[in-house]
Amino acid sequence: MLLSAFCKIAQAKRLSVYVLLISTLFVGVYILENTVGANSMLMMVLKKGAIYALVAVAMNLLNGFTGLFSLGQSGFMLIGANIYAIFTIETGNRAQVYQYYGGGIIQFTLPTLVSIILGGLVAAFFAFLIGLPVLRLKSDYLAIATLGFAEIIRAIFQYDGLGPITNGSNLLRKFVVFETALFPFAVAGACILLIALMIHSTYGRAFKAIRDDEIAAEAMGINLFRHKQMSFVISSFFAGIGGALLAMYQTTVQAKAFTAAMTYEILLIVVIGGMGSISGSILASFLFVAASEWWLRFLDNVTVIGTFKVPLMRSGFRMVVFSVIIMAVVLFYRQGIMGDKELSLHRLGARFTRKKGGADHG
Amino acid sequence: MADPVLDLRHVTMQFGGVVAVDNLSMHIDNQEIVALIGPNGAGKTTAFNCITGVYTPTNGQVYYEGNLIVSNQPQGKMRQMYAGTHKEYSKEIVVNTPDRITKMGLARTFQNIRLFKTQTVFENVLIATHLHKTSNLFTATLRLNHKEETQMRAHALSMLEAVGLLDVKDELATSLPYGMQRRLEIARALATKPRLLLLDEPAAGMNPQETEALGKFIVDIQKRFELTIFLIEHHMDLVMDISDRIYVIDFGRQIATGVPEEIQGNPDVITAYLGVYEE
Ligand SMILES: Nc1ncnc2c1ncn2[C@@H]1O[C@H](COP(=O)(O)OP(=O)(O)O)[C@@H](O)[C@H]1O
Ligand SMILES: [Mg+2]
Repeated sequence: MLLSAFCKIAQAKRLSVYVLLISTLFVGVYILENTVGANSMLMMVLKKGAIYALVAVAMNLLNGFTGLFSLGQSGFMLIGANIYAIFTIETGNRAQVYQYYGGGIIQFTLPTLVSIILGGLVAAFFAFLIGLPVLRLKSDYLAIATLGFAEIIRAIFQYDGLGPITNGSNLLRKFVVFETALFPFAVAGACILLIALMIHSTYGRAFKAIRDDEIAAEAMGINLFRHKQMSFVISSFFAGIGGALLAMYQTTVQAKAFTAAMTYEILLIVVIGGMGSISGSILASFLFVAASEWWLRFLDNVTVIGTFKVPLMRSGFRMVVFSVIIMAVVLFYRQGIMGDKELSLHRLGARFTRKKGGADHG
Repeated sequence: MADPVLDLRHVTMQFGGVVAVDNLSMHIDNQEIVALIGPNGAGKTTAFNCITGVYTPTNGQVYYEGNLIVSNQPQGKMRQMYAGTHKEYSKEIVVNTPDRITKMGLARTFQNIRLFKTQTVFENVLIATHLHKTSNLFTATLRLNHKEETQMRAHALSMLEAVGLLDVKDELATSLPYGMQRRLEIARALATKPRLLLLDEPAAGMNPQETEALGKFIVDIQKRFELTIFLIEHHMDLVMDISDRIYVIDFGRQIATGVPEEIQGNPDVITAYLGVYEE
């Protein structure tokens, strides 16, 4: 009795700590945005970081937690981004956007959130179709099939014949975008929370069992196909949502930008953060985006100190340094930043008190 | 009389040209402890795999509590290659995946331990409660199933208590000593709430004391959970001690069957198996 009461209190306390942390985060983002400006480099990095965090966590659900190797992330993001854009361009602007296709054939708009979710659902539907034949085979085939799918879907969305819907290889623009960084933080945050809750539910445990040992998992009564399918469809759903957010962030969408290179970027984030660590993926997303878009920018500029021209520094050098850093991380941190552990208040707290204790003795 | 819990009829498993299990017929009655013995490579594990859906046998049928759960006949190229002793083909084709067979109430352990290696002792057992869930993905994610979740956890804990692993529940499963890992596999199988438990060499790698304790433990859980137990084992003391009946196979074929006393004195068994093994 007493014990369970204590547990309840502890649980309520932990919950309130989380609520406090999350509200602090949002207030912090809000204040920051109004201090440094919504279009400052810092805010751009934070927005893109939040979106990539969602996409990376979605990929981690499949690759890290279920042990299925998929390379279709860019394809599912493409679907989410394009579906979102197509359905939120204001009717008055359609003639201009779809100028080569007589204004397009879709002449209505859907509410923003509905369009985002629709993007996720269409991505999930494609995952469902791909999974039907492929998830019954050995898992290597999934990587091949999803990679192929991403290439094909990119071609389909650029196909001229579908132009009245997709605008072919032309830009989709003038759709609804977000005004404040709070929006991607809220949507990505809510989605990541859902994924985390699922991973810690009995279904998430089943996914991890499949990852650890398929034969044993099946012997425990876990239907391999159905659970792999669930994980794949859900992962793709959230990749689609991430794609929609990315469209909003970019303000324009072009199918040809969703290349395999984008998938590799996200895979890198997952590996760097740690396969099987949600907080690792989130952390790595922000670090990755900040490093590639901001911190290493200076390497692309020709720099002259006095009369000395710093060698190597010219356009493109940033990517060289970036690749070397990533290689080093992958080589020396095999398990990524977090391994398969999570950042937790509890552990952080424990570490902090230990440090303090150590200082007292020293 | 009631149907036997497990009933194998002419089960034959052929891999390419190798007939690993040949015309195996056997039955196990309710709450019996039955052992399957035979030299290495005799086809014991393969027989288990045919029962649990890991392999589909080439020919023959498996009934569980009177229901046909596995049945097959040689198909395709196997029609010409078929080298089983039993030449009559099964009429029906019934295939069940291992997860479905576990849901029906057959659980197993593995000869080469297969624990979920990144997970704790408790989590390993908890996973085995997933198959009886009534929640779906949404209710589980949104924690609308907390009552069921509480029950699952309680059930997993009670299984750990039953096998005496409660103290180490938060350890990484693979960090346990070998003997405990074997018991954890049994706990995990028990957590699926089976009526028939198949144990593949549960005493492998154990010393005589551990083996004796394991024997007591198997008898104990048999009584406690009213189980029917089918086990493969090489430790003859253990087999003779706890089995109600024994089947002996060699080169996939049954060479003897009977109560322990009959098997111990059977000359065929001694030449095929015991004689070699005693040294
Ligand atoms: N998947 C397989 N493919 C081919 N041969 C197999 C396969 N599984 C088992 N065998 C063969 O079947 C025979 C019986 O093996 P097994 O059932 O593991 O023996 P036991 O468990 O009695 O030691 C062996 O000759 C083995 O090589
Ligand atoms: Mg064996």
